[in-house]
Amino acid sequence: MSPDKLTRMANQIATFFRTQPGPDQAERVAGHLNDYWGPEMRAELKAHAEAHADELDDLVKRALPLI
Amino acid sequence: MKDFIIPWDDDRDMGTRAATGAPVTLSIDGFEVTVPEGTSVMRAAALAGIAVPKLCATDSLEAFGSCRLCVVEIEGRRGTPASCTTPVGPGMVVRTQSEMVKSVRKGVMELYISDHPLDCLTCAANGDCELQDMAGVVGLRDVRYEAPEEGMRTHFATRDTAGGLNPEWLPKDDSNPYFTYDPAKCIVCSRCVRACEEVQGTFALTIEGRGFESRVSAGGVGDDFLTSDCVSCGACVQACPTATLQEKSVIELGTPTRSVITTCAYCGVGCSFKAELNGDELVRMVPYKHGAANRGHSCVKGRFAYGYATHSDRILNPMIRDTIEEPWREVSWDEAIGFAAAKMRGIQQRHGRKSVGVITSSRCTNEETYLVQKMARAVFLNNNTDTCARVCHSPTGYGLGQTFGTSAGTQNFDSVMQADVVVVIGANPTDGHPVFASRLKKRLRQGAKLIVIDPRRIDMVRPAHIEASHHLPLRPGTNVAVVSALANVIVTEKLYDEAFIRARCDWDEFQEYAEFVSDVRHSPEMTEILTGVPAEELRAAARLFATGGNGAIYYGLGVTEHSQGSTTVMGIANLAMLTGNIGREGVGVNPLRGQNNVQGACDMGSFPHELPGYRHVKGAEARAIFESAWGVEIDPEPGLRIPNMLDAAVSGSFKGLYCQGEDILQSDPDTRHVAAGLAAMECVIVHDLFLNETANYAHVFLPGSTFLEKDGTFTNAERRINRVRKVMAPRNGYADWEITQLLANAILKETGGAGWHYTHPAQIMEEIAATTPGFAHVDYALLEERGSVQWPCNDDAPDGSPIMHVDGFVRGKGRFMITEYVATEERTGPRFPLLLTTGRILSQYNVGAQTRRTDNTIWHAEDVLEIHPHDAEVRGITEGSWVKLASRSGETSLRAHLTDRVSPGVVYTTFHHPDTQANVITTDFSDWATNCPEYKVTAVQVGLSNGPTAWQEAYEAQAEHSRRILPAAE
Repeated sequence: MSPDKLTRMANQIATFFRTQPGPDQAERVAGHLNDYWGPEMRAELKAHAEAHADELDDLVKRALPLI
Repeated sequence: MKDFIIPWDDDRDMGTRAATGAPVTLSIDGFEVTVPEGTSVMRAAALAGIAVPKLCATDSLEAFGSCRLCVVEIEGRRGTPASCTTPVGPGMVVRTQSEMVKSVRKGVMELYISDHPLDCLTCAANGDCELQDMAGVVGLRDVRYEAPEEGMRTHFATRDTAGGLNPEWLPKDDSNPYFTYDPAKCIVCSRCVRACEEVQGTFALTIEGRGFESRVSAGGVGDDFLTSDCVSCGACVQACPTATLQEKSVIELGTPTRSVITTCAYCGVGCSFKAELNGDELVRMVPYKHGAANRGHSCVKGRFAYGYATHSDRILNPMIRDTIEEPWREVSWDEAIGFAAAKMRGIQQRHGRKSVGVITSSRCTNEETYLVQKMARAVFLNNNTDTCARVCHSPTGYGLGQTFGTSAGTQNFDSVMQADVVVVIGANPTDGHPVFASRLKKRLRQGAKLIVIDPRRIDMVRPAHIEASHHLPLRPGTNVAVVSALANVIVTEKLYDEAFIRARCDWDEFQEYAEFVSDVRHSPEMTEILTGVPAEELRAAARLFATGGNGAIYYGLGVTEHSQGSTTVMGIANLAMLTGNIGREGVGVNPLRGQNNVQGACDMGSFPHELPGYRHVKGAEARAIFESAWGVEIDPEPGLRIPNMLDAAVSGSFKGLYCQGEDILQSDPDTRHVAAGLAAMECVIVHDLFLNETANYAHVFLPGSTFLEKDGTFTNAERRINRVRKVMAPRNGYADWEITQLLANAILKETGGAGWHYTHPAQIMEEIAATTPGFAHVDYALLEERGSVQWPCNDDAPDGSPIMHVDGFVRGKGRFMITEYVATEERTGPRFPLLLTTGRILSQYNVGAQTRRTDNTIWHAEDVLEIHPHDAEVRGITEGSWVKLASRSGETSLRAHLTDRVSPGVVYTTFHHPDTQANVITTDFSDWATNCPEYKVTAVQVGLSNGPTAWQEAYEAQAEHSRRILPAAE
């Protein structure tokens, strides 16, 4: 799947959860990715993140180890 | 009390409407009858089994009292009052058949018949004519009035009795494609005019002239039915007691002799119809008066636009081909199923279990949808199942799930009659959900207030005799800002319902939300810059909603099909909770579902992350239920959604698709990307009525059956499970659930899995009920008995659930969600300075596969671009010009229509026609939570054009090439 699209989608999710109250925003981003993205998509995102972490929202980066 | 009521024909016309007052007892023809106060004498008599003769009365309309045929005698009252307009009184003694009233009635009928043609035997209403029936009932044997030879006119003879041309005779108006108006047969009972006003709410008809000159007239001077405001809903035809307004199908085919009650397959209102037939020939569809969703009303689509079922484009034989370059080959069902099974099996063997998937359809029944997702989970052994609800109401599922705990509208449609303030946001009910719109308009005429939030001035803003209190014409893409601004006013002005919030929601979450939404950045004055909605108007709307009594919110795809679709749904739920508008009649949050079975498709586990009944696949308990029922192991990880399937296909990991009843190439965004995805697959199985656009890229075509040809159930927007009944045998040979079963069994035979052995959809519903808690008590016997039932229907709610969240939210406490506005990445700029938004119109339905194959095209033959005159002028565009519409995704061309319904800066079009392909323009942006495409906002440029673009011509050529069919082998 296009890494650009995965990045954009993940960052969109992070944008929402950043606005939510509580200390567990990264966990909730991870929860959303685990609930709605198949394992292949999550793996692709992780693989892309290795070389392109700068493209990802900070919350996504914090969520990556949890997905 | 009279006790021999049953078995009266359930469909009897009781003459006037039901009343709800305290019991009143009276005597009718010596029988004691007890009815609610406010009931007419006519209805009371009908309830006792006594049909008082009548012509101008019908129980769908208010009593009118014009025909004088229904006169009765009442002890102690002078004269002969009309029973339709006389309410019952305690102790009243009524005689319906005295010498006096018999004589009056005969006289009345004699006058009617003296001005009515006596061509009964060749009349289209022969056998279905109330005038004919009444002439019989009153015993009219001769008409004494003789016309003098020197000249007298009637309304029906072309010449007067002296032989001159008769100016009173008017020709038949057959301008409407579905019914005729024959003034010669009109008795001026006004039932049609009253139906147009009271039932439909369009006010297209009137009685012109007075006395002998009185005529039914559509529209203004020079109008016929087609050019008038008539929306062809059929209410007038239904109300007409004679052949004056008559279905053309009855004129052509004769009066029907049998009928089957079934459910419309168009929008999410889910109207009940009587399919009326001779043999297996459908003569007409008549709205069923006991249909709980539609209460006897219909729209032009359900009532008339069923001709696609027999259209010559319909494919009736299975077809296969090895590549999409080849023409189709017609083959036997065995060969087609074997071919498809081998292809899908081979793909899985070569590319892995997850390399194939399915798409279920919101047009198909619950039972069919259940089987298609079961195909993914129990045959392909993956969760790659999605539904076209992905592209319409998936944000409703997420948003209402988060806030209330379940994905469904909270009310039944009847509830709107108790609403005091109605908010319509991002929906266009008069076009998308016309039968609900008629109910809403009726309530508004009774005095309820309306707030419309929509970029366009939709018809609901100012229909006949109603005007919205507020229209907030927001800039596309700013829903969240508007909804938060409404909440800002309600919270900062302390208009919220504290008692409700304390009792029903989490008070701490509310306080966090209140703090968030009170911030000045959410105030109407600050958001006006973004949204374009005047702050004062928005403040007034918020105050009205919070303080105006029962507040009900109805919303559509203008809410969901955005980057922040899910956020807006949560914002709407917040508004309802803030104002305590949940859990009783007249209030609630109501998603208007686009297709007949969007609700059902979602309920049935079509989404890749959840099993039937909205249970996530990660839950071991839910998986165990299906694992034991199906004897397979269910993947605990979510599968691919439609856009993910297409992306995966382009990148090479997704190779095979079984697509039932959805045309993703036309209906999904960014057509080029969808085409690329489909072209990259090795096996695309399209299961549909027609060679749709997706079939241009298919290798197997399995011909489908129409809703008239199969048994099943649809679940409408009010969670109402309605029966779809087999009216005729499937012309393609099999009902759709049988075809899915054939394919499943062919694959299971290869893999050694246990085969499926359903012999009737009722058995599939049994399996659904056994596995899905909300459906536990649903079965076909219950539906036969009750007509319909609204889920949840189980031990906790054995009668079903008309209203949800009555005593508490499904999730326990209602949850306020923070809804920060985030601008979509789709922005206007110098290259694409305008915003395109898309929608539907009344006469066409979605991608038009059905309605384009009916006479509905007379109202909408092509998609047009609505553009504000200012935007048109600076581009040199005039009415009807060919214009090119371009976005960063693609370009297409269509004709322009100049209108101030859209604001400057906004253009609008529909997506009903494949040759326009509005989705070439739409982008691949989508809702953050669900990937629901952002159809409603695309930055575009519009310029003059000479005609179709090169892309459109190439597309047309490819489609034509792809649709070639070789003659069947001998």
